[in-house]
Amino acid sequence: MISDLFSTTVLIGILASGIRLATPYLYAAIGETFSQRSGVLNLGVEGQMLLGSFAAFYVTLITGNMWLGLLAAILVGAAMGLAMSFVTVNLHAKQGISGIGFYLFGLGMSDLLFQKLVGTVETVRGFPRLSIPVLSGIPGVGDIFFNQNFLVYGAYLLVPVAWFVLNKTTLGLKIRSVGENPDAADSLGVSVNRIRYFTIILGGIFSGIAGASLSIALLNVFQQNMTSGLGFIAVALVYFGGWRPLGVLGGALLFSMVNSLQLWVQVLGIPIPSELAVMMPYILTIIVLVAVASKIRAPSALTKPFEREG
Amino acid sequence: MKKVTWILTVLLALSLVLSACGSPAAPEISTEGEIKQFRVAVVMPSAINDLAFSQSMYDSLVMIQEEMGGSEYFDFVYSDGMFVVDDAAAAIRDYASQGFDLVIAHGSQYGSSLQEIAPDFPETAFAWGTTLETFGQPNIFAYEAASHEGGFVNGTLAASLTKTGVVGVVGPIETGDAKLYVDGFVAGVKATNPDVTVNVNYIGSFSDVALAAEAANTHIAAGADVMAGTAQMVVGAIGVAKENGVLWIGTQANQTSLAPEIVVANQVYRWDVVVREIIELIGQGTLGGKSFVITLENGGEVMEYNPDFALPAEVKALADSTVQGIIDGSITITLP
Repeated sequence: MISDLFSTTVLIGILASGIRLATPYLYAAIGETFSQRSGVLNLGVEGQMLLGSFAAFYVTLITGNMWLGLLAAILVGAAMGLAMSFVTVNLHAKQGISGIGFYLFGLGMSDLLFQKLVGTVETVRGFPRLSIPVLSGIPGVGDIFFNQNFLVYGAYLLVPVAWFVLNKTTLGLKIRSVGENPDAADSLGVSVNRIRYFTIILGGIFSGIAGASLSIALLNVFQQNMTSGLGFIAVALVYFGGWRPLGVLGGALLFSMVNSLQLWVQVLGIPIPSELAVMMPYILTIIVLVAVASKIRAPSALTKPFEREG
Repeated sequence: MKKVTWILTVLLALSLVLSACGSPAAPEISTEGEIKQFRVAVVMPSAINDLAFSQSMYDSLVMIQEEMGGSEYFDFVYSDGMFVVDDAAAAIRDYASQGFDLVIAHGSQYGSSLQEIAPDFPETAFAWGTTLETFGQPNIFAYEAASHEGGFVNGTLAASLTKTGVVGVVGPIETGDAKLYVDGFVAGVKATNPDVTVNVNYIGSFSDVALAAEAANTHIAAGADVMAGTAQMVVGAIGVAKENGVLWIGTQANQTSLAPEIVVANQVYRWDVVVREIIELIGQGTLGGKSFVITLENGGEVMEYNPDFALPAEVKALADSTVQGIIDGSITITLP
């Protein structure tokens, strides 16, 4: 039965599922990478995702237009990011604690709005499958990579863009310097606060899109606490990926592929207890985290509020 | 720094208020001496509109309320979305101290909390499920569903409807009610047609909708053309089934509204059968110590068919005779 794992159907199945499962992680974790590289730990990702997810779902349900839904998720994410920025940058609140506050707010608020405005689990017409001409016809590869929806493609395109912005642009240099040595950056005329506002809001926007990728693209449904801890895993993936977009991509893919692998392990009747199978992605994540921990250094100013000397 | 603390406090308070807002405020206690109002409080792990476990209890209570003549005679309040057991325990204690006639802890994860709380309120009746364990407490009722019975009928339907000979099941965690249902389902498929393959997939979560959706994708890639599943995260799987035109057989609550094109039938839990008996016992002064099982026979489990789905008459007849067979004992379900 183990040999069944290597049949084409199964391999295509595992990879295609993994690509989809990684999508929300990618948006959320890339957004979080930006804010952490500028020195801000945002633990409110899960709450931002939930509210973004609901906003996208609700607007799509009402207007029938998924693009308006996506826009709503972006605006809600940005608003949450703005609030988070004010609390952590201007008021110097402890980032971890205030992030948890934002998470609880998002969890409660999304549920409240869902109960009051929608009431029951409903489906919406979200982003349909978008087959890329020619490429989607390639046997195997086509089904894995080129037969997904718009937001899935967007997540993977985001990775090289994020890499380029962080490493090859002046803006990226400013973000990194604010995260490593805010005093030095400040003395060179970089506005630490403005950069942090920018990255936290950007993080909020991507968390909102991550939520939308669930409610109006992958699942087309909203349910209370739908993200079920996904946002926290995204934060862990930032550490996993060593604060680099490509590392985050690797982590998200590894985690998702192992998750889809365990689904197949059960379907193929390979005799592993289901409890063990579902643990696989988490165990692997811990192993890699431990292995990576010694090699990669976090941004020096991470979680430290900036206050100008004198 | 003072300002920060203040803002954080406000934020935290706000979030707590909001997370509690899903439930309505406690009702004013009836002042009319004439009417004997029966008051119930329920704590549930997921949302009342989850189309699954929590909704089955909510719908049952609404039914009883209508039967008894409205909220003047039967009033109930609830706290839903209590997936954090500590929060649930606080809510249970709260309701008990507010003097409700019956406090229901609708989730097997609440057991140890209830075991601690119940002795402190000897005048209040408690009920919890799904289990048969009353902890020997005189004020705890227990209830569970013989979910393998409905599962067996659903399995019969699945085996009769599959053309590919592959059926997929999406489960949450391999335990309790979910495991019982899935085992019954598999037995039902095998009893109807031993050549049909049933693939079962436990995703390890009651809430991970995205993973449930991928579990369904996995079943479809493995050739399934009929699927089933249990617990509230299956809404993700139903969406995938709908998109791929794969048939779906539901359980716990009626899930037809989500995908009327592909839902064949649902095994629905009618907890009102249990609650009605408990109310009667409380009226006679018994506050607990008994356990109940809802079955096809006592009407606690009913098959609800989707009227918009063209179910072949012979399949419907087979399902009906299976229900009858389970009730009269001519069919015995052998679980693995």
